[in-house]
Amino acid sequence: MDAIRTRALTRSYGRARGITNIDLTVKQGDFFGFIGPNGAGKSTTIRTLLGLIRPISGQGQIFGLDITGDRERILARVGYLPAETAFWPGMRVRDVLRLSAELRKKDCGRTAAELCQRLGLDTARRVEELSLGSRKKAAIVCALQHEPDLLILDEPTSGLDPLMQREFFDILRERNRLGATVFLSSHILSEVQRSCARAAIIREGSIIAQGSVSELTSTGARRVSLRGRAPLDRLGGVRDLRLTPEGADFLYSGETAPLLQALAAGDIRDLTISEPDLEEVFLHYYGKGGAL
Amino acid sequence: MTIVKHELRQGRAAFVLWTAAIAALLAVCVFLFPEMKSEMDTVGGLFASMGSFTAAFGMDRLSIGTLPGFYAVECGSILGLGGALFASLLGVSALAKEERDRTAEFLLTHPLSRTRLVTAKLAAVLIQLTAMNGLILALALLSVALIGEPVPWRALLLLHGAYYLLQTELACVCFALGAFLRRGGAGLGMGLAAGTYFLNLLANMTDQARPLKALTPFGYCEGADILAAGALNAGRVAVGMGLACLALLAAYRQYATKDIR
Repeated sequence: MDAIRTRALTRSYGRARGITNIDLTVKQGDFFGFIGPNGAGKSTTIRTLLGLIRPISGQGQIFGLDITGDRERILARVGYLPAETAFWPGMRVRDVLRLSAELRKKDCGRTAAELCQRLGLDTARRVEELSLGSRKKAAIVCALQHEPDLLILDEPTSGLDPLMQREFFDILRERNRLGATVFLSSHILSEVQRSCARAAIIREGSIIAQGSVSELTSTGARRVSLRGRAPLDRLGGVRDLRLTPEGADFLYSGETAPLLQALAAGDIRDLTISEPDLEEVFLHYYGKGGAL
Repeated sequence: MTIVKHELRQGRAAFVLWTAAIAALLAVCVFLFPEMKSEMDTVGGLFASMGSFTAAFGMDRLSIGTLPGFYAVECGSILGLGGALFASLLGVSALAKEERDRTAEFLLTHPLSRTRLVTAKLAAVLIQLTAMNGLILALALLSVALIGEPVPWRALLLLHGAYYLLQTELACVCFALGAFLRRGGAGLGMGLAAGTYFLNLLANMTDQARPLKALTPFGYCEGADILAAGALNAGRVAVGMGLACLALLAAYRQYATKDIR
């Protein structure tokens, strides 16, 4: 059974863009990245999955349950971390955690204490006194303390310092190893590349690529960086060419032999040929579209 | 029950403030009665000869030289307007404040049906209104006892009962408005409370405007009518409660399908 499965899921806001025909498959146990810049439709997709907004067409299922008809049963198994966290002024962190646990009718005290200790969260503080990072930590504990089967995380690291980000991802990987599915929405490609096995890229409300992170980056194209000079003007398949006084840097998606001939005809002092990283793939998709 | 307790905790400061303010003003008003009674010969004529103003507050049909008449005019205004403002604010903000403060997302991403959330919010509103009215009534009775007057039980219970129904109706209507709003709506709630109050004053002034009473819940809280009949106007109360029920139906229906952005 898939953890998340949507077919042609669509939601629009009048003239404003929402999401269109979203087909998404996240298998149970996946550590799945959902990539796109602000306004691409990541949060709309998530809010539709969680039943906060209703789709105008299409279908969505979480653990085989319909997102419009089985909201409560779905939410009992989901932990959600929103991009922006808001709590009620006057409440202490421990009150927020207790409220969340009571709403789930679960005793989460032991797990909450462990998470607070790992994240360095003081539960005696009032929420309005918390920094952005501490508010985020409180939201993380709310999302994780009931040990959900599916974690839906919307821009989870904003506000967290690098050490806390590392601890947070350690916790996520532990949960993932124990069987939890992680759905990580982010525009920070390095964290997706580092942690996620599979990913989807969303652009202007539509999924434009989906697969394993290695598949997404193994597109046949290579990043070529050289020091020196080579006759590149007659070489086909060159894109994103940046010439510098020391040499050149470009993406090459042609045959290997013409590239080697062009390099051999030049005066090369140093050469690096590597796979493009996810950021380059992403930028490509957000450029003119099409495959690398 | 979790949401009800949470709501009551969140609304505690406003509840204490409004209840204390209305109860204190009411008590002060009751404590003024003995002096008013002793000077009735001089001020009675004055109050009875202010034309439309006299009619607006029902003083043309009530004697403020008696405790029930005084209570209906003076204390009734405090309890009526103060209670209506609090009830409206409570009602309109119950659902809308969660979207305004972006806390609706927290609540609705827990395994909690929207119907249960609306019911819990409504229960919290009604509990607060009931508690406020109970406390105010208790203080009013104590104040009357302290000034040494016999307690006009029936008159006081009818007047307080009418204002409790008025607050319930306004709270339910505003609760429904809150289900449609994405922001707080405090202005709308207070405007509705003040608007219906002044509509009733207007309806008291002339016979032509009298039908307007049917449009405002203050219509069945008119002290002069209640004391004269010794009962509430059942027809008007039924219309008001019917409107409250319709409003609640609309609130449930709207919130069940509302997009939380």
